[in-house]
Amino acid sequence: MQGSVRLMQGNEACARGAIVAGCRFFAGYPITPSSEIAEELARLLPRVGGKFIQMEDEIGAMAACIGASLGGLKVMTATSGPGFSLKQENLGFAVYTEIPCVIANVMRGGPSTGLPTSPAQSDVMQARWGTHGDHPMIVLAPASVREVHDLTIRAFNLAERLRTPVILLYDEVIGHMREKVELPEPSQYALVERKKPACPPEDYHPYKAEEDDVPSFIRFGEGYRYHVTGLAHDERGFPTQNPRVVEAKQRRLHSKVERHREEIAACETFLLDDAEVAVFAYGITARSARAAVRAARAEGLRAGLFRPISLWPFLDLEVGKLADQVKAVVVAEMNLGQMVYEVERAAHGKTRVVAYQKASGEPIHPEEILAVLREVR
Amino acid sequence: MFDYDQYFRREMMPHIWCKGCGNGIILKALLRAIHRLGLSKDRIAMVSGIGCSSRLTGYVDCNTLHTTHGRPLAFATGLKLARPELTVIVITGDGDGLAIGGNHLIHAARRNIDLTCLLFNNQIYGMTGGQLAPTTPEGLFSTTTPYGNIEPNFDASRLVQAAGGTFVARGTAFRAIPLEKLIAEGIQHKGFSFIEILTTCPEIHGRRNKLGTPAEMIQALAKTTLPTGVLHNAAGPEYTEAYEGIIAKAQGRT
Repeated sequence: MQGSVRLMQGNEACARGAIVAGCRFFAGYPITPSSEIAEELARLLPRVGGKFIQMEDEIGAMAACIGASLGGLKVMTATSGPGFSLKQENLGFAVYTEIPCVIANVMRGGPSTGLPTSPAQSDVMQARWGTHGDHPMIVLAPASVREVHDLTIRAFNLAERLRTPVILLYDEVIGHMREKVELPEPSQYALVERKKPACPPEDYHPYKAEEDDVPSFIRFGEGYRYHVTGLAHDERGFPTQNPRVVEAKQRRLHSKVERHREEIAACETFLLDDAEVAVFAYGITARSARAAVRAARAEGLRAGLFRPISLWPFLDLEVGKLADQVKAVVVAEMNLGQMVYEVERAAHGKTRVVAYQKASGEPIHPEEILAVLREVR
Repeated sequence: MFDYDQYFRREMMPHIWCKGCGNGIILKALLRAIHRLGLSKDRIAMVSGIGCSSRLTGYVDCNTLHTTHGRPLAFATGLKLARPELTVIVITGDGDGLAIGGNHLIHAARRNIDLTCLLFNNQIYGMTGGQLAPTTPEGLFSTTTPYGNIEPNFDASRLVQAAGGTFVARGTAFRAIPLEKLIAEGIQHKGFSFIEILTTCPEIHGRRNKLGTPAEMIQALAKTTLPTGVLHNAAGPEYTEAYEGIIAKAQGRT
């Protein structure tokens, strides 16, 4: 099983990564193309003493995860577009009440029921802004089966470390694709556990931040009786409308993620050092982009790849540096324009930003990106 | 005199309920029931949704979770599955539990998961200003039925029984002592227990429909034609226990 080479599907890698990360609860609802994650965890979780439940709907699945996280377990749910829409309200609840959880959204074509078994990258903005109100969000975007496994573990670590939901966002191709994968022994992965209070119960404030802006967290039933509410709340967790307290909470919620930006931020570059033209691409599109860059180099074009691994918070600094270096950035994505606007914003007009977009339910092929590279050279 | 302060969060007072609201009677009955059973506050989790009744969780000194509209049973299902040793009590209203959260109610009942659900039925959406509920009697007025309600309403207790709940009872805010006993019995029951509690909303619902003074409205609950007391009490496999069997099977221990 672990520590060996085998053929594995993306969604299976997600489930296996979750087990390695210490996930012991999954609540879900069947939806293509993410169902294999649920199916695999229904099998694996009870083996390690964990719990799996298929809820009556997507909303309930998100809710059950939050309840189980308060019960002290590392939790996860998985879904796709329509279900992701349904989960948004409770996702916001988890952000505001600072309850760790991991949500995998395996993207399919939309809007509405759309293309259940075809890939898309059109939930990038929904992942960032889907729930109402001001809120930070951490979103990770794997581009291979092995990376699905590793980023699932990373998602759990970040969620537990920062007391916040983390979204694992990948497309249908990554989810259903099978690749040869060599997984390290589970013990090779460093795991993060939530920070427990050092104070006695009577002094515990569930939303009193420590130096790193992250409050300590203890599960229900340990003698630290406290209140959790989606209403605006003070450090004790009690509802408040005090403008000063409300604003302070909002700002801490954001700074909690912002000040850990370096811990969250991840990207990969390929042949970028001397590049004059770069492709910005994530998920399955980044793999086509890599092939396109290689082909462009063979034609004498100085092309390179910038692949964001963390999509949110956006890699402003890294993209800013990229804009300083290259004459043009081709943003290739399977939607009609989502990340391209972020790239334009972060580039501050220092480079030409060219969009290559596809919304047909088919992946973007290397030749398509190569053609754009030839045009912008 | 029963000392309610041992269970209250004094710092949360005054509560948000209007003068004459029946919810306080139910809260006190619940606290007496908890006391009667000798439960430790550390081992009780209370989970509520959105609405007047759901604000109850903020006032009780135990592990409390005030969730999103209609979803407390789903949150509680996850919590109970994670921590079967906790006593999990769900507080919901007729709008929260029967309209937006109706799906979770029938499925929590079907699973027979060991939660105790108290549904406060005041026939109206009080917190949002008096809109139609699935329990508003036909002919009555609300802000969204200005010409009178034409919708038949739910019999929540029959619904839960039909869905598979193993303990179903109905009490009223008028009979506080029998209500306390029903709640205690519900908490003790292994499996999904559902207690529908008829209560009053004199401020938002009563005035519009000329239902009398708060005291008259409470007294009118005594004349309900609906059956009260324990309506259904059966034994059945409890969900979290059954899942332990799944774990044993998956681990090859059976």
